[in-house]
Amino acid sequence: MKTLISLIAFLPTLVFAEIEYSGSAGVEQRYYFQDALYPVQERSNLSVYFAPELFTSFNNGNDSILFKGFYRFDQQDEERTHADIREFVWTHSGEEWEVKTGISKVFWGQTESLHLVDIINQTDAVEAIDGEDKLGQPMVAFSLFKDWGDTTVFVLPYFRERIFSGSDGRFRATLPVDTDNPIFESDDEEKNIDWAIRWQHTLGDWEVGLSYFDGTSREPDFVLTANEFLEPSLRPFYPQIQQAGIDVLALLGDWTVKFEGIQRKVMEQDFTAFVGGFEYSFVGLFDTVYDVNWLMEYQYDDREDLTNAFAQNDLMVGSRLVFNDVDGTEILLGLVQDLDYSNVRTGFIEASSRINDHWKWRVDAWLFSSDEPSEPSYLLRRDDYVQLSIEYYF
Amino acid sequence: MLNKSLLMNKCIISSLSKVVLVFTLMTSSLYSYAQSAEDKGLAIAKERKLRDMGWGDSTGNLSMILRNAQGEEVERKIRLKSLEMVDDGDKGLTIFDQPLDVKGTAFLSFSHALKPDDQWMFLPKLSKVKRIRSRNKSGPFMGSEFAFEDMSSFEIEKYNFKHLRDETFEGQASFVSEQVPIDKDSGYSKQITWVDKKHYRVLKVEFYDRKGSLLKELINYEFTLYLHKFWRPMRIEMFNEQNGKSTDLVTHELSFNTGLTDSDFNKGTLKNVR
Repeated sequence: MKTLISLIAFLPTLVFAEIEYSGSAGVEQRYYFQDALYPVQERSNLSVYFAPELFTSFNNGNDSILFKGFYRFDQQDEERTHADIREFVWTHSGEEWEVKTGISKVFWGQTESLHLVDIINQTDAVEAIDGEDKLGQPMVAFSLFKDWGDTTVFVLPYFRERIFSGSDGRFRATLPVDTDNPIFESDDEEKNIDWAIRWQHTLGDWEVGLSYFDGTSREPDFVLTANEFLEPSLRPFYPQIQQAGIDVLALLGDWTVKFEGIQRKVMEQDFTAFVGGFEYSFVGLFDTVYDVNWLMEYQYDDREDLTNAFAQNDLMVGSRLVFNDVDGTEILLGLVQDLDYSNVRTGFIEASSRINDHWKWRVDAWLFSSDEPSEPSYLLRRDDYVQLSIEYYF
Repeated sequence: MLNKSLLMNKCIISSLSKVVLVFTLMTSSLYSYAQSAEDKGLAIAKERKLRDMGWGDSTGNLSMILRNAQGEEVERKIRLKSLEMVDDGDKGLTIFDQPLDVKGTAFLSFSHALKPDDQWMFLPKLSKVKRIRSRNKSGPFMGSEFAFEDMSSFEIEKYNFKHLRDETFEGQASFVSEQVPIDKDSGYSKQITWVDKKHYRVLKVEFYDRKGSLLKELINYEFTLYLHKFWRPMRIEMFNEQNGKSTDLVTHELSFNTGLTDSDFNKGTLKNVR
């Protein structure tokens, strides 16, 4: 009732407040280089997305409401055809503090090749293989901005399950994932109240972050089951975890050093994972305005079970070429080599540039090489693809 | 309460600057007969900095017109919030409105006199606040002919000065001085500035590349007086002599005393900036 009254109280200001409307939409054509592993999968795929954004602020800018929607239609995979509220959040700001209430997105961390520390939002796994797209997370977050750092406490009252590719989709396991029947360690299932705290601070040329999370694991394990027709499937199992994380970035001359490490307790077992490396920049290459950045990161994970451990002893080398032109052209190239198995590696290219104020093109390509059945990337060995996207911004 | 204390601060600053002004005028007249070119260059730069002290904070709406050698134009829209710092370089917040694919991107910069500026960028797609290396200060700002270092605040400690000659520029009696950047990461070997004798406004700057060749020429147009004291050019033209490209930085709207405080320049709230 109280919220209703305050809503009604806000309503007049809301009506007169200016609402900004913006967003993007895109068409993506994918082509897979090899015949698929499973006969139902196709070599080419067309997909479109629409991502509108609404924003308004009131009370002298101390309050704001942001909405970010997302919808994708996929030609082949009905699981990849999905809608999500990426953000729908009310922010109330004071002089040195703020409260965010609603569905929001939070990013933690510093490294490029892997995001270990980042844990608040569930990965939108059908969007892209890089794991950088996230589902909106319901939360109440209180932040304090002080001379000694920025501290945020999160209460996360509802868990978002991971979405998996359907049988017609690529990037999937041999067996279907039974997303209708997940298993939770918590008796409250997806209504388990997760919480987290993060502190982040700038110390001269250093950025330091510490975080702690207690709640439902965003990464599921899988339990092999069979239905009444004895058809096998994988049921996602979401255990309770406690995770401590640290992330550091240091600017040391022409070098930028980055590190993320986590210690996670899951089902009475502990494991450690880290990723660390550097970025080296050449500015104004050969007397041009081009910048070239070299990236190298080492990924380590001490889990024995490799289901979720793509990066247990791997090395990423990459290069980002920034043209500094009017069109904002950028090319990112990378190769992740498994140091345990010389024949397991992944390569990627991301290139993009503006056509004009509204339009942009993008080319993404992923190449997987894996002859090692015990590695999770073995499932993707025939999923090499190139994708051309045309994006419209408004 | 806060605005009041800010106002009081500003009063203190402006009365302080008057005292300093009188003092420098006295000392400069004492020394004028035995002044070296370096001393005179430094004195001009100090007076230039002094005359621009006490502006407090400002908010502006700007366009960048990028023009290639063929004369084709592209427009960028940005909003700029600035906060004057008394003991340090200024704080700046740039919000990108156009091109639309970078709309919502925010660039936060804490300028420093001697050590590199602290800079962060908020990338809306990832919801990520990224610390950026300010050492690549010679790189272009948004694909324009302005480098990042051209957007940073003017601080005495960044240069060695030398007065070259007096000259009339566009009908205004001016000091022509050389300023050599101290930072080895600067993209320039030197800058030649034309500063008018009446108001100590920068009228023109020539930028020389690391090899010593003329790279760019900046001319300030349409000076407007704010708060009865501070001159701001409403149009800045940067012309690249080597590739024929140019960028106009046009101020559509500029206001002072908008109540900005330190907390408006916080990397933690960069996400909320609109």
